[in-house]
Amino acid sequence: MALSGIQIYKLLPQTNCKECGFPTCLAFAMKLAAKQVELAVCPYVSEESKIQLAESAAPPIRLVTLKSDGNEVKAGNEVVLYRHEKTFYNRPGIFVRLLDTEPVDAITAKVAAANAYIVNYVGIPLVVDGFAIEATSGDTATFLLAVKAVRSATKRPLVLISHQPTMIAEGLKGLNTGDVPLICGADSKNWEAMTELAKQYKAVLSISTDSLDEMADLTEKIKSKGVEDLVLDPQADTLGGLLALNTQIRRLALKKNFRPLGYPVIAFPNTQAAATQAIAKYAGFVVLEEFTPELVYPLLVLRQNIYTDPQKPIQVQPGVYEINNPKPESPVLVTTNFSITYFSVANEVEGSGLPAWLVVCDAEGMSVLTAWAAGKFDAERIAKSIKSFNIADKVSIKRVVLPGHVAVLSGELEEELSGWDIRVGPREAVDIPKFMKEAL
Amino acid sequence: MPLDIPKDKWPGTVRQVSIGATSAEGGTRASKVVVGGETTMPFMHFEGLIPNQPVVALEIRDRCPDDWSPLLLETWKDVIDDPANWAKAAQEAGADLLQLVLSLTQRDGSPNKPEAAVASVKAVLAASGLPLIVFGPGQAELDNALLVAIAEANKGERLLLGICEDKNYRTIVATAMANGHVVDARTPMDVNLAKQLNILISDMGLPMDRIMMDPTTGALGYGIEYGYSVMERLRLAALQGDSMTQLPMLVTPGFEAWKTKESKVGQGVPEAWGDWLNRAINWETMTASALLESGADIIVLRHPESVKRVKVAIADLMSAPVAG
Repeated sequence: MALSGIQIYKLLPQTNCKECGFPTCLAFAMKLAAKQVELAVCPYVSEESKIQLAESAAPPIRLVTLKSDGNEVKAGNEVVLYRHEKTFYNRPGIFVRLLDTEPVDAITAKVAAANAYIVNYVGIPLVVDGFAIEATSGDTATFLLAVKAVRSATKRPLVLISHQPTMIAEGLKGLNTGDVPLICGADSKNWEAMTELAKQYKAVLSISTDSLDEMADLTEKIKSKGVEDLVLDPQADTLGGLLALNTQIRRLALKKNFRPLGYPVIAFPNTQAAATQAIAKYAGFVVLEEFTPELVYPLLVLRQNIYTDPQKPIQVQPGVYEINNPKPESPVLVTTNFSITYFSVANEVEGSGLPAWLVVCDAEGMSVLTAWAAGKFDAERIAKSIKSFNIADKVSIKRVVLPGHVAVLSGELEEELSGWDIRVGPREAVDIPKFMKEAL
Repeated sequence: MPLDIPKDKWPGTVRQVSIGATSAEGGTRASKVVVGGETTMPFMHFEGLIPNQPVVALEIRDRCPDDWSPLLLETWKDVIDDPANWAKAAQEAGADLLQLVLSLTQRDGSPNKPEAAVASVKAVLAASGLPLIVFGPGQAELDNALLVAIAEANKGERLLLGICEDKNYRTIVATAMANGHVVDARTPMDVNLAKQLNILISDMGLPMDRIMMDPTTGALGYGIEYGYSVMERLRLAALQGDSMTQLPMLVTPGFEAWKTKESKVGQGVPEAWGDWLNRAINWETMTASALLESGADIIVLRHPESVKRVKVAIADLMSAPVAG
């Protein structure tokens, strides 16, 4: 959390020398607080104050980046507890966990499948971000083999899981130069050795303890040894307990600017509800026990949704979209420019194989029902779109299909668009192909 | 070092709403459901009270629905044309209460009639002792005709009647008021519209503890983030002391999730979507789970496996160290 002008003023020389170009130190402090001027213009500020001011400018939740071969997974830099207050910034990385007790061939095959996975959501290709290898064998050579197998099957960032420093030390040998992995991790017993390893390999280190008190102590100790890229791994027996810990960590970081817990959090969900909570409630890294498309797909979609900037609804450009090479006799369909609405409709029309003109009205990025309720998708606006996009010049049959949810607009639209045949289509996009085949 | 955990102390409390009347209360229900009463954000047990846990309702129909996913039709196939048997099966599946949604038309295609709707409700009430939510088909005139008959024929049962919308609430509120029922106040994902409808309804004289707020939601992938944030904002407003938002919330993730293509369609979809049945259940469970995190008090679902999973999640969310 940034310091206020008054707090900054207390760190300045308070001599009002004017050499910075401002009449008083207080005026300069106010400009600093507003980030409109650099501290460097003050020639007399003490070294000690410089450090304090630099620290206060650091983000309350440290940005941590895992790297591998050009791929990066970032977490941290979040500024709010509720997404509507601003937005959530860094989408949590989704990792798939492998056990080193599995045969190497099986590990390679699993990683290859998950690595090749790509799913399209509203035009955005979504993928799994990386992999985690857990040392359950108890054997360093086995662990190294597993790490090497994963490393050769994917170029994405890795997480190494073991609380034994000897195991981690061996596993780290399987990585490529330049990799920034996550070591998972340190605890109150092994932290010194783990910190040394993190330092040596420039790795990120996660920390688990029995309580937040101990965790705050431990992050400070590790930081004093020179490792600052940390991740918190809070431990709780229940979903409610974990929610409380994650909330407390984020509140301390954001509301109290409490540095010892100002780090991203990792989660290891074992149910759909736990995975959902991890995305919604503050995890920066999410490690799944296994890779199944039917779980990964909804989870990636949920992540897109929760991390959408609420100030900027995802929109598509209003206009006429030509689907399946429409001809003059093809039907004209109308919808809004909310991207989820657009893609649902466009995908269905495309999938039907039937040609159509899709008119996307400017409804300020809202879905059909929401836009209608807000007065952003009425007969007047629809008529205006049809006219301004010059649809009449493109078609030979003047017939327009309204979304079923706004059937009530058909009368008004007839008045606005004289000479057009107004039809009411289905309420849900999924029913469009059937409608187009049977009713048009 | 001992940490000073920041705790929110809110001036406001969410009202408690109870649904279903037992024989001692003038009804015939074996149990009732009480929701609301929170003095903090969802599951923040360390700083406030969550006196009633969220509950799960299963949606049933007065006849076999025309537009449900084949997966649901298969799941309920033995009971789907008989609301009484469906009610029993839903109770066995672990529902805390039932939601009977009336169809627009009867089996023969003719418009639904008050007598038929009343008979369906009576059959469900006779088959299961659970509290009951009754929703009309969603057409103002027919909703009013059916719900008035149902409210009168079941006076004192404390049914939850829906849906009241800004364009159609007066008749339903009046009959709920006269016959001892509760109403569902639905608005399209908007904090101010929700508040406004609550004001309109309470202005008619219905006590606030007989209104459930239904802020609507989108399914996962289809606008859930709007519903999610509107719910968080409504709950924050309630806790900050805004009396007209201090109502527990009902949401219908079952209805929303099961109308998505991901749940409805098994053929000709991308392979990356994974196994159809598991995907569909995940879709419903995860939509519901996200809404639990944002403040839902009544979650209405459609698939028995989702009910099981969401109930496990609720128990898990309710169990946490208490205020220290």
